[in-house]
This record gives sequence, C-alpha cells and structure tokens, in this order.
Amino acid sequence: MTDNSAPIGEVDPELADVERPTNEQDDCFARFVNVQKSYDGVELVVKAFNLDINKGEFITLLGPSGSGKTTCLMMMAGFETPTHGKILLKGQPINDLPPHKRGIGMVFQNYALFPHMTVAENLAFPLEVRHFTKEQIKDNVERALSMVRLEDFGDRRPAQLSGGQQQRVALARALVFEPELVLMDEPLGALDKNLREEMQYEIKRIHASLGVTMIYVTHDQSEALTMSDRIAVFNDGVVQQLADPQTLYESPANAFVAYFIGENNRLVGDVIERLGEQCKVRLDGGDTVLAKPVAVGGIGSRTTLSLRPERVTVLHGASDPRGDALDNRFSAKVQEVIYLGDHLRTRIAVCGNEEFIIKTPNAEGHYALRPGQEIEVGWASGDCHALDA
Amino acid sequence: MSESTSSGVLTTADGVPLKVSLRRAVRRSRFKALLLVAPLLLFLGIAFVMPIFDMLSRSVANPEVPTHLSRTVAALEDWDSQSGELPDESTYAALATDLAEGHENRAIGRLSSRLNYEQSGMRSAIMRSGMASRTMEPPYKEGLLEAHEAWGQLETWRLIKRESSPYTMSYYLAAVDMKLSPEGAIVDVADNQKIYQALFWRTFWMSGVITLLTLVLGFPIAYLLANLPLRKSNLLMILVLLPFWTSLLVRTTTWIAILQSQGVLNDMMVALGVIADDARWQMIHNKLGTIIAMTHILLPFMILPLYSVMKTIPSSYMHAARSLGGKPFLSFRRVYFPLTIPGIAAGGILVFILSIGYYITPALVGGQSGRFITNYIAYHMQTSLNWGLAAAIASILLFVVIIFYLVFNRLIGVDKVKLG
Ligand SMILES: Nc1ncnc2c1ncn2[C@@H]1O[C@H](COP(=O)(O)OP(=O)(O)OP(=O)(O)O)[C@@H](O)[C@H]1O
Ligand SMILES: [Mg+2]
Repeated sequence: MTDNSAPIGEVDPELADVERPTNEQDDCFARFVNVQKSYDGVELVVKAFNLDINKGEFITLLGPSGSGKTTCLMMMAGFETPTHGKILLKGQPINDLPPHKRGIGMVFQNYALFPHMTVAENLAFPLEVRHFTKEQIKDNVERALSMVRLEDFGDRRPAQLSGGQQQRVALARALVFEPELVLMDEPLGALDKNLREEMQYEIKRIHASLGVTMIYVTHDQSEALTMSDRIAVFNDGVVQQLADPQTLYESPANAFVAYFIGENNRLVGDVIERLGEQCKVRLDGGDTVLAKPVAVGGIGSRTTLSLRPERVTVLHGASDPRGDALDNRFSAKVQEVIYLGDHLRTRIAVCGNEEFIIKTPNAEGHYALRPGQEIEVGWASGDCHALDA
Repeated sequence: MSESTSSGVLTTADGVPLKVSLRRAVRRSRFKALLLVAPLLLFLGIAFVMPIFDMLSRSVANPEVPTHLSRTVAALEDWDSQSGELPDESTYAALATDLAEGHENRAIGRLSSRLNYEQSGMRSAIMRSGMASRTMEPPYKEGLLEAHEAWGQLETWRLIKRESSPYTMSYYLAAVDMKLSPEGAIVDVADNQKIYQALFWRTFWMSGVITLLTLVLGFPIAYLLANLPLRKSNLLMILVLLPFWTSLLVRTTTWIAILQSQGVLNDMMVALGVIADDARWQMIHNKLGTIIAMTHILLPFMILPLYSVMKTIPSSYMHAARSLGGKPFLSFRRVYFPLTIPGIAAGGILVFILSIGYYITPALVGGQSGRFITNYIAYHMQTSLNWGLAAAIASILLFVVIIFYLVFNRLIGVDKVKLG
C-alpha cells in the first residue's frame, strides 16, 4: 500500500533531471519521465511529471482547473511537445512520433465527432485510414456499436444523438481500432449526474472486458475514486500523490490531497512532541491533539491536521464505553444540523474551529442532535493525519 | 381527451379560440416591427426593386414604331407581308403623315435609331424621308421612293410590320449575337459582327478563374486568421481589411503602376537581368491584368466568409482525426476541408457574382481583350444610348446570377452558411 503512495513535493527542475532506474521496464506500459512543459517560456505548466503506467491499468489524472492535466494528456497524444523530459510507450520514446503514428485512442471533452459523417462513418474513419477491407470495417463498426449499445444508430448524424449517445459513439470510435492505450479528457463533463454515473459504469465495464490501458482526466473526485485503479492528484503542475483510491482517501500524503479528496476537517497548530507513531500537536486555540505524523517536520514545525467527518464519534456522555478507544476527546457545541436522508451532517464548534463537520448515520442508536446542544466528541489519533501546513 | 380538444378547437380560458387569441397578441408587435423596417423597405423599393423592373421592361419595350408610326401601323394591318407586293398608296400616305409629324416633334431620331438596329441604312431612309415629307404632295408613293429607295423594298415594310408590336425580343437576340431574319426566323448575325457571346463567355470563365484564384490564395489566410493566437490574428485581420480603407480606384491604378511595361515589376526584372529591356512582359491592358487586379480586389470577399466558417471548427476535430490515425493531409481532406465547404461556397458565389458584375477594374486594366460584358453595358448606356440592349444584357446577367444562386442553394443550402 505505502509503496504505491509516492508523495512528490515541489521538485527543483535542476534536480528533477536525474534519470530514474528503469528496472520495471517490462510491466511498464507507458511512462512519463521527468516531463516538463512550458507554453510561454516563462512559466512551467507541468513541473517534473513522473508516471509509470502498467498495462491494463485505469489511471486517473485528477486536479483542479488549470493544474496541467489536459497538457499531460496532449503530450501523450502527441499534440503538444514536452519542453523537457521523455515520454515512453512500450519502452520506446515517442517524443518525436507524430500523433497518427502513436495508435492511441482519444475521447475528447466535446466528443469531437465529425459532424459531416454518420455515426458508422465516424467509426469507420480510423479503420479506413488503416486500409481495412470493406467487410472488416463493417464487422468492426458493428461490433463497436453493439459494445456501446447503439446498434441501430449507425446511420444517424452526431447532431441527431443525445449527449449520452454522442459520448458512447466517441468512446466506440476511440476503441474501434483496438488501441492499447485510450486517453479521455473529461469525457463525462457535459453530462448530467444520472447519465454520468451510468457512463462511468459503462466505461469501467468496457475497460474490464477489453483490458485496454486507460488514462482518464477529470476534476470530479468522486468519479476518480469510483473508476480508477490509481489516481494521480495534480496541483500546480506537480503530482501531489499517486496512489489507489483507498490509500488516497485514507492516507493523504499532504494537506492539498486531504483537502481535494473527500471532505475533511482542518485543525492548525504546532508540533510539540513526537512519540514514535504519534505526535502531539498544540492547536492555535490551545487544545492539545494526538495525531499520526504523515508529512510533518520536527518539534516546533507548523502542521495541518486532517480528519474525515465520518471518523468523529459522538459520545453519550463522558462515561460512554466507545470513548475508551479514542485518544482524542473534546467537548463541543452543535451549530447546525443538516438532514441528508441517509445521514446527518452536523456542524459543530470544537477546538476553536466553528466549521468542524461531523457525519452521523441516520440509524438507531445515534443521537438526534439539536443546535445549541453541548456534546462530547472523540476520534482516534490514527485517523487524524498531521500534514504539512 | 380534454373538453377543449374534443370540440376540435383549443380555446383560452374565456372561450376565445387559441389561434385567434394568439394572432391578436402578436399583431401589435408585428406592426411595431414593420414600422421599424419601413424606411428600409421604402429605400429598397425605390433604389432596388423599381430599377430592376424598369430594366426588365426596357429590355423588351418597343414603343418607337407603334407610337411614332401609328398611322402606318394601322394601314399595314390588312397588308399581307407574304404577298410579295408593296403596300398600297394609302399606306404610303399614312407613312408620309407620320414622318412629317415625327420630324415636327423631333421623335424621328429615336425611331430611326430603333429601326437602324434592325437594319442598317434605315436611319438615313427615315431621316431623309422625314425631311422630304414636310413638303410632299400626293402621290406619296412616288415622293417617298424618290426620297429613299428603301420604301420600294419589301424588307423595309416587313420590318415595320414586324416591329409594330409594343414588345420585342430583338434586344435579347442582339445580346446573344442573333437577330430576326426578314422572314421572321431567328438567325445568327454575321460572324464578323459577333461580340456578345464571346464577351459573356469571357466574363464567365475569367470570373471563374478569379474565383478559383481567390480561393487558392484566401484559404490558407482564412485558416491562419481562424487559428493563430489572438494578437497575431488581429493584426492579420487588419491587413486583410486594409484594402477596404483605400479607394477601389487607387487600388486599381496601383496595379497599373506596378504591372505596366514601364512599371515597377518590369523595371525590377530588367534591372535583375531576368528579362531583356526590349522584351518586357505585357501584364496589363489584357486578360492577365484584369485577372491579377480583380483577384486582389475580391480576395477579402473570399477570405471573410471562409474565416467565419473556419472559426466555428474546433481544433479538436483535427486532433481527433490525427489521433485516430489520419495522416495530416488525409485528416485535412476528410475532416477539415468538408467542414469548410459552406464557407467556400459562400465565398465562391460572392466573388463570382461580384466579379461578373465588376466594371471599373476591367475598364481600367483590361484593355481591349480583358474587358467584361459589363463594360459593354456601360458603353450602351453612355455612348451608344441603346438602353434596350444594355437592359437586355444586364437582364441576362441577372438571370445567370439567379440561376447560379439557385444551384448553389440547392447544393449547399444558404441556411448552412453563417456569416459572422
Ligand atoms: N495552448 C496553450 N497556450 C498557453 N497556455 C496554455 C495552453 N494550454 C493550456 N495552457 C495553460 O496551461 C495551464 C494548464 O492547462 P491545462 O489545460 O493542462 O489544465 P487542466 O488541468 O486540463 O484544466 P481543466 O480542468 O480546466 O481542463 C493553464 O494555466 C493554461 O492556462
Ligand atoms: Mg483540461
């Protein structure tokens, strides 16, 4: 687990140049090696991007707008050249290979279906340029259409399809020539929520059945968590953490990842003591919290504590036996309760933080909290990650 | 089924049929909209629709003979033009009266020109007889024959009888180098008198060449305009529009300065030793001059519609085509180019139509061989004063343009073209 998680902070471009060992050459399908990109010669949009992609993997590039995800994808597809560094596909550097020779399928955010061709003609295009015979083209197009369940739509123009259908056609077109690698740049961005979830499932199904390698770009974290084998969290041109969804959620490598993935409560303070697997942090409000040191310096350094809302337990008074296992216990005051059906989101004031959110399941045995109520809360130090400030 | 639909008519809450109610509601706003465009409609009516109708009616109007030879025409009513005999004395008497009256009120000039178009020699026949008829005594037949021998020829009388209708197709025939024979059949004019067919043909093929050249030159520029970063494309756009800020006359005469045999280009070539001083290129006052200058002048009309279409083609189409395995040229041909066809069609039809109707530039740089049919329309308007023929040529041009437009509309569809 921890091997997968590779926190990479800001890397000095000079140092980033060092070649990394290429021992995993065999199972490494595609690689970005110290890739940098600048559009204007002034600012690096991508700084020292390293990524090893295994065959058949579903990798997601996740990050806020402008963090360089599309740029990385475009470099892989061949529409942008890296300013520095190497991109390898099956062990071969492809920096100088024009896009049409890379054999990479791509799904664009706006689908980019050719409006003057029918659906079938769109799908036939990549096969025609590869000089398939008429029968082969017909067979493959039919197979691709049935894969995305649009058998009867071959004669329609893209403009005569709904958004979700266009999306399926774009997917089928990127897959019809059986590329080993498929890139998708926010392919579901234009769809409504229900359709998006349906398509997420569809893409996963196709990924599993074909065994293609997929690089997927999104800024929707729940999409990334449900679909990916591994996620690279981008910020500011740097991969903040590369890990599987669970590791990312459970053990964020730094404050940005913790903040970006899922909901999280933040408490800010100074490290006052380090005790092996734990550290003691004095919050700015004066309280002392036990936490798990993940990315902190020595005693006296600033830290942000990150705590998931669902990891906070509301205790039934000071004598609640569940409290015994929790090495952080504080009294709190309920500020606001939001009813969300299956669970309650409650905003409480604790340790000087008035924006502290806790989640309690809407089930028997859980308190019905009211605003203004004084309560006791607790959490385990292992769930409270001490990250960079 | 609801009650309101079971009766077949949808009604509003107060029972008024929905359609009536809707019509009432929009009538007011329609009326206001009409008021807003009223000045424009008025202007169009006066400056556009009326001149076109005037032109169309002039191209077939034939008032001279029926008006100024009204008595003669009436007398010729019973005359059989196939009989092989000249009309009787009463007809000659009517002619003499008509001519004397025409001479009096100076209408005789127009009449003589009109008949002279049909048959040379008629001008002098009419003018001379007109003069003589003032003092003519019966028998008129002898008097008129004495004045001019044309009155003794059957063709003259057949011509007058033929042209006695208030409408004629002879202008249209003349515009395509044909005429009515004395027998009334449509025949070609003598080969050495043919000019208009060749001129029409020249106008069309040269306009075609100009359209093609503007497309070849304009396409890459439009592409750059649509795809360069904003700052560069703005600069380029200014360069494209720059010609519009200078007078057409200036641009045309600049080409004369550049292309003439003692001009900039020839001087340069001689100085560089590319051509000998006595073998200077003849690039102006011929077809080449017209093509060069017109291509330059009409280029923006090709670039702008192309640009407006290309601007709407996202770069992701080409990216998609490339990533699907299309080589650059193939991707361009299969994906980008087809999407620009509405722009090519719009620019093409615009340049072609403008070119067919262009007049100043061919007149200035075309010399004798590079002139367009429009220059002859102008000639007949201003110099020969044969407005009927000018109107007929112009009407033919109008029909051709309409046909081109309809074909274009059929093939491409105007609604597919978004200008701007
Ligand atoms: N063609 C370009 N020329 C100049 N700068 C560019 C270009 N394309 C992108 N950039 C800049 O590079 C940075 C990263 O852009 P990129 O498109 O990779 O972001 P992204 O992560 O895909 O964002 P989003 O989620 O909004 O799509 C941005 O600051 C953007 O302004
Ligand atoms: Mg993007």
